[in-house]
Amino acid sequence: MSFLAITRATLAKDIRLEWRSKDAINAMLFFSLLVVVIFSFAFDPTAEESRRIAGGLVWVAFLFAAIVALNQTWARELRNQVLDAYRVSPAPATPLFIAKAFGNFIFVAVLEALMTPLFVAFYKLRPLGPSWQLIPIAVLGTWALVVNGTFFAAMSLRTRAREIMLPLLLFPLSIPALLGMVNSTAAVLTGETSPTFWIALLVAYDVVFTTACLLMFEAVLEAE
Amino acid sequence: MKRGFTILAIVTAVLLSFALYAALVIAPTEQTMGNVQRIFYYHVPSAWVAFELFLINFIASVFYLVRRSAKADILALVTAEVGVVFCTVVLITGPIWARPVWGIWWTWDLRLTLTLVLWLIYVSYLVLRRFSTSSQTPLLAAVLAVFGALDVPLVYFSIWFFRTQHPAPVIGGGGSLDPRMGWVLLYNWIAFMCLAWLVCWTRYRLEVAQRAVHEVEAMQSLMEGTR
Repeated sequence: MSFLAITRATLAKDIRLEWRSKDAINAMLFFSLLVVVIFSFAFDPTAEESRRIAGGLVWVAFLFAAIVALNQTWARELRNQVLDAYRVSPAPATPLFIAKAFGNFIFVAVLEALMTPLFVAFYKLRPLGPSWQLIPIAVLGTWALVVNGTFFAAMSLRTRAREIMLPLLLFPLSIPALLGMVNSTAAVLTGETSPTFWIALLVAYDVVFTTACLLMFEAVLEAE
Repeated sequence: MKRGFTILAIVTAVLLSFALYAALVIAPTEQTMGNVQRIFYYHVPSAWVAFELFLINFIASVFYLVRRSAKADILALVTAEVGVVFCTVVLITGPIWARPVWGIWWTWDLRLTLTLVLWLIYVSYLVLRRFSTSSQTPLLAAVLAVFGALDVPLVYFSIWFFRTQHPAPVIGGGGSLDPRMGWVLLYNWIAFMCLAWLVCWTRYRLEVAQRAVHEVEAMQSLMEGTR
């Protein structure tokens, strides 16, 4: 099978699984809904304040919710030794990683699309900057979370307390990406500064870590 | 080998005790900050030593990925552990100094943040090593070390921009150092490097011994299994 065919097959399988069970997406949606409600209760911000803090709140909520999807990415493959079967098959590792990362990207993107209207309503958000810029920020930021998240989820498969390990590995490394997402979102919402630097930072982060993940995934997959 | 270890231990003890004297007595008292400034002779050398150890960890990790040498893996483990200890010293002594001088315990300044993020990355590195159930722990750890190293420039640029946008309410930086102070600082740095070397060496020997014990135990249980 060609590279693309493997990617497509794995991605289609993951989406079909998720479509039928809706395990991850439901958990993620409910979780981020809770975060929105609790933060809204805790701070009860005015429109002015929420413009400044919303960037942080939104991304923290998405980050925590994304952990749910990321954790089950590979755990799902452990049942019935699917991952072992993949390992002994002649298929290369890279398309598997790309399919998994894209799958997670789609799940988190769906979550974001559904949750953003709620955020806007709860926090009375009205961006003062050009709001179309939020779209590239969301795409780059989500990919930044998901690419490393998929990689470290594969890594934490071989640890005790797997579900706890993933955030412990992922969060420290994600600090620059998180700074980029939060600050660029805040820049667009307040309209005071330009988000260009932060978007460039996100692009750099995405390029660097996507390359690193692709180069090193095979070694991590083969590690038993 | 053993003799070298003893010599290093004695040299370190002598250097460190004189370093204490140098930092507390020989170094002149700073004019504006007073005696609290003397923590500088522990803070700065610890920071340098921590960064050196993290650098060695990165080099050893890359070497491990290329050559799969067990020695490089042990070196990476040891330098990460000792580096985290020195980095913790930096993060504790920093606020103790900052509180009376800056009036605040902490600020999101470039160097402070970078040190904290490095500390976080290396703690997660140690957690991974501790929690890993794989026989390939060295490989996973080495991969994480490389990811951590890739992260550092990105953190640097993000904080650098962040800081230029929002200058923190801090003074300090700039200004020249009294030559006697510089001398004491350099001396303390050498003493701390010897200490780090000594601790790493001890830990290295311990790890080698531990792995040998594990191997023997595994062999024994295998033999019993076949009997």
